[in-house]
Amino acid sequence: MREVAVIGIGITKFGELWDKSFRQLIAEAGSKAIFDAGIEGKDIDALYIGSMSSGRFIGQEHVGALVADAAGFSHLHIPATRIEGACASGGLAVRQGYLSIASGVNDIVVVGGIEKMNDVAGASATETLATAADQEWEAFFGATFPGLYAMIATRHMHDYGTTKEQLAQVAVKNHANGAKNPYAQYKFEVTVEQVMAAVPVAHPLGLLDCSPVSDGAAAIVLCAMDKAKEFTDKPVKIIASGQASDTLPLHGRRDITTLDATVHAAKMAYKQANVTPKDIDVAEVHDCFTIAEICAIEDLGFVEKGKGGKAVEENITTLDGEIPVNTSGGLKAKGHPVGATGVAQIIEIVEQLRGEADKRQVEDARIGLAHNVGGSGATCVIHILEAI
Amino acid sequence: MKESVARFWREIPQRYNIIGNKCTVCGRVFFPPRESCPYCRRKSLGKMQKIQLSGKGKIVTYTIIHSATEDFEDQVPYPIAIVELDEGPRITAQIVDCKPEDVKIDMRVESTFRKIRQDGSTGAIYYGYKFRPMR
Ligand SMILES: [Zn+2]
Repeated sequence: MREVAVIGIGITKFGELWDKSFRQLIAEAGSKAIFDAGIEGKDIDALYIGSMSSGRFIGQEHVGALVADAAGFSHLHIPATRIEGACASGGLAVRQGYLSIASGVNDIVVVGGIEKMNDVAGASATETLATAADQEWEAFFGATFPGLYAMIATRHMHDYGTTKEQLAQVAVKNHANGAKNPYAQYKFEVTVEQVMAAVPVAHPLGLLDCSPVSDGAAAIVLCAMDKAKEFTDKPVKIIASGQASDTLPLHGRRDITTLDATVHAAKMAYKQANVTPKDIDVAEVHDCFTIAEICAIEDLGFVEKGKGGKAVEENITTLDGEIPVNTSGGLKAKGHPVGATGVAQIIEIVEQLRGEADKRQVEDARIGLAHNVGGSGATCVIHILEAI
Repeated sequence: MKESVARFWREIPQRYNIIGNKCTVCGRVFFPPRESCPYCRRKSLGKMQKIQLSGKGKIVTYTIIHSATEDFEDQVPYPIAIVELDEGPRITAQIVDCKPEDVKIDMRVESTFRKIRQDGSTGAIYYGYKFRPMR
């Protein structure tokens, strides 16, 4: 397999972007990434676009070709493919781009991720997000997407004594990081009391335990390592790509509080990179809900199973902690335009490893990990990156 | 989005009567029924037997939904749980006939046939299982 590097990154602001369309958002992120990489349209061998549900959010499928067109590449006839895996769509698109270069088929690819979620009413957005769950055997009976993670939280509290305060502390930390991120949807801090007093969504999760409904796009340029130096003196190498699947409904899992897809994707990635969890200097994990970050740091092996809540309480995952997690603000504060998330996570890690994360910079960050989950844990994709 | 009625009636045996199936090679029980056993694979083909599940089990975990999709907005707040049936399979369902705050992990429950939701005031009514505390 050939080695692959990230040579360009571009991201839009995340949030309720009423004045921006789907096309404008992806064109903005894409052109920023292409300028950053210093490549031209004719250099691009393929496009991979992660989008969870453009069909329901803007009534438009077939967005692979649409994105190539919106970016002004229609006359170049670049192969363009849309990738879907619910909230993991972006991470899966990164993996497809990575594999296409590693295999020797392509030299340079652009990977984009996008979701335009605010062109439908709030209740429709909730319904569309619920399509990541099992429609026949979960959603049909009234289970919502936050409801599924709430059931993970209830069981985690029962098995390990995790508290609502510890869940709230995840939100507090991620808002503190988001306040330092110019692209974040929520650039304000919150307190434990505010999170705990927020309106209930699905007990024990309240509104501030949940990531927001967001518009946004992100793009990266991937390049074969042996060609990367032609374009940049700061390539960031992708040293592993892991992916795994599990049962679609939560009730089918081996253990309600363990995302086995994360465990298996992590095992695959650590093995390929030849690193252990201890070697990771900074991580972006899939905190669609506060409980999801606690499960993630356990399932990725940063802390022992059941100790995630305690780890958050002991500030192990803060910006100056032992293993800084979600320095971007995470899905919680940066925002969660679902298809864009997995690509945006890679961008945060690249900025950290380039030493360009400004007020969010983790000192001497050399190896970073990005963890992207689809649904309540049926899909997981993990990338590990290293500064060269 | 309008859905065809067929999508609903083809699941009626499962949703009305909790009909699962059993792999007669290894004895594992599944709900909803599977085409083949994931453990015995091709050995189980033609050897999957329909069975009526008891509808009795215990709560593995639960939540109380306060923010629902449009179809369920009129029912909030309502508890929903993952129930482990005595025969083994786990299923997701609403818990009824008790106060939401009385729902607890390990609580014994039994299935009951109820209306799940309705398509507006004139549309189709969907029925299926919910669970209630065991008497
Ligand atoms: Zn079997």
